[in-house]
Amino acid sequence: MEATILSRGLERPLSRAEYEDFLFEEAAMLDHRRFDEWFALFTDDAVYEVPQAGVEDNANSATDLFYIADDHAKLRFRVARMQKTANHSEFPASVCSRSITNVRVTGNDERGVHVECRFITYRSKNEATDLYCGHHQYILRHEEGVLKIASKRTFIDMNSLRQQGKVTIFI
Amino acid sequence: MATKLKLAPFTKTGGYVVEDREEGTFRVSREAFTSQEVFEAERERIFSRSWLYVGHESETPNNNDFVTRKVGGREIIFNRDRKGEIHVFLNTCPHRGAMVERRAKGNSISFRCIYHGWAFNNNGTFGTKMHEGDYGPHFNEDGCANLPSVPQAAGYRGFWFLNYDAGAESLEASLADYKDFLDMVADQGPDGMEIIGIDQKYSIRANWKLLMENSYDGYHAADTHQTYFEYLIEAIGDEAHVDQNARVFDAGNGHAYIESDMVWGRPVARWSPKWGEGAKGEIEKIKQELVDRLGPERAERIAHYSRNSGMFPNLVINDIMAITVRTFYPVAPDLMEVSSWALGVKGESAAQRKLRLDNYLEFLGPGGFSTPDDVEALEIAQRGYQASREVGWNDISRGMLRKGFFRGTDEEQMRCFWREWARRMEA
Repeated sequence: MEATILSRGLERPLSRAEYEDFLFEEAAMLDHRRFDEWFALFTDDAVYEVPQAGVEDNANSATDLFYIADDHAKLRFRVARMQKTANHSEFPASVCSRSITNVRVTGNDERGVHVECRFITYRSKNEATDLYCGHHQYILRHEEGVLKIASKRTFIDMNSLRQQGKVTIFI
Repeated sequence: MATKLKLAPFTKTGGYVVEDREEGTFRVSREAFTSQEVFEAERERIFSRSWLYVGHESETPNNNDFVTRKVGGREIIFNRDRKGEIHVFLNTCPHRGAMVERRAKGNSISFRCIYHGWAFNNNGTFGTKMHEGDYGPHFNEDGCANLPSVPQAAGYRGFWFLNYDAGAESLEASLADYKDFLDMVADQGPDGMEIIGIDQKYSIRANWKLLMENSYDGYHAADTHQTYFEYLIEAIGDEAHVDQNARVFDAGNGHAYIESDMVWGRPVARWSPKWGEGAKGEIEKIKQELVDRLGPERAERIAHYSRNSGMFPNLVINDIMAITVRTFYPVAPDLMEVSSWALGVKGESAAQRKLRLDNYLEFLGPGGFSTPDDVEALEIAQRGYQASREVGWNDISRGMLRKGFFRGTDEEQMRCFWREWARRMEA
């Protein structure tokens, strides 16, 4: 997985299969609650955002009310909180299962290669199972030879959160 | 038309709310949270007779703008007509009942039912040409073919409400001293306030009254929100704790708010070390504008202090590290639907708006560092009530015999709510 840089400075996309491997592994980290390892996937200038259910891809966390709009520092705390016993909504921990599909390489720019996929995530707690479905948009780039996440935006393609009530997991 | 419907008192032996002012005890029956009969009686006695929040005038900034939503279990249209006048219609065709507008928001000079094509001017007037002989000669002389308005709609400082009881007292009278609280929110911007984006629509598997109690409960904060305070301490590099001297204001008619000195930053206008020195100038400028417009004392009160409020029965406006406007309705005794909006100063800078939204998301909403903990607490309380036959009562007595003033960490604000709830239910 060696990065090849084009002369104009843009990162050359890997094959779809290579990105699939990366996203499958990321999902496994979350399913298995390997949160610190997951957090290490993010670049220092990374953003992690979950806009409101059902909004368009151009939603902007500077002008619209999201569910989550984390920079790297806030994401670090979110990851730490996930592992605290006083994180009441996730203690005892919910059981989650993430499926990733329809992986597509959609472009690249100075921030990295844009990759999009569909997801179906189930979260079970208190004998209730909630479903989240939608798409993730990633910007991925190599840093010191390691593929990293510069941006992850999770779009819940549902009308509202009436069914699930909350976003207390990394969907 | 406005006849007062008389209902027999709804109560149970011994009552749902039992207060002993001498002993300093205040107990609420857990059946108030679990009973199907209470749930049904609330629809008639509370939600069909109280002033309910519809929306903020900023949601329809232009003539012909509309939003649709559910208020008190009915679909409504909140709009501005061609002349800019605000209306609240029941979103149901007077002909055969179908909703006449299905989009969440938009701009439209008329509403048209897809079922049989009945159309209405956006001031509600019926606007379809009928052929002679289709209907009798006096058709719609009584307005029965117009889009029906709610029995009462009124606004106060940009906040709009409806009442399904045509005979209910006016909004102004009903708000009582809650107007003081609304003034302290509405006064924050020189050009008024506005809703930012759309509402977060979520749900909680618990009785709706639990969220009312929770929203201005100063007692729970330190325990339920331990991780948020850890975050805050890390972010500001200083101690953070719940203000033990927060005051409770009984605003009358079941409304109440608490006012506290909290260390988090407030966009209007309390600087926090978390925002860095760079943000200081703008916060000081905002504070100065308040001082110039409202005087130093009022400016200080608005800028420095946080307020959690509840307007009976189900509007929460919390003016804390950001401003949230939140309303919620029961769909079953153990399930509520919540809508939460962010409110900000109209015309504030892009940097200030971003900072406000960041502050909101840190604490509030389904992905915040606090709201989900509240949701968990409410949901496990509801589960605990399954034992209501054996453990029948909630204790809401804290601070009842306190000398001097009630603290935010007392439970007087909830007692304000429950006294009004009992009065409405048992009247």
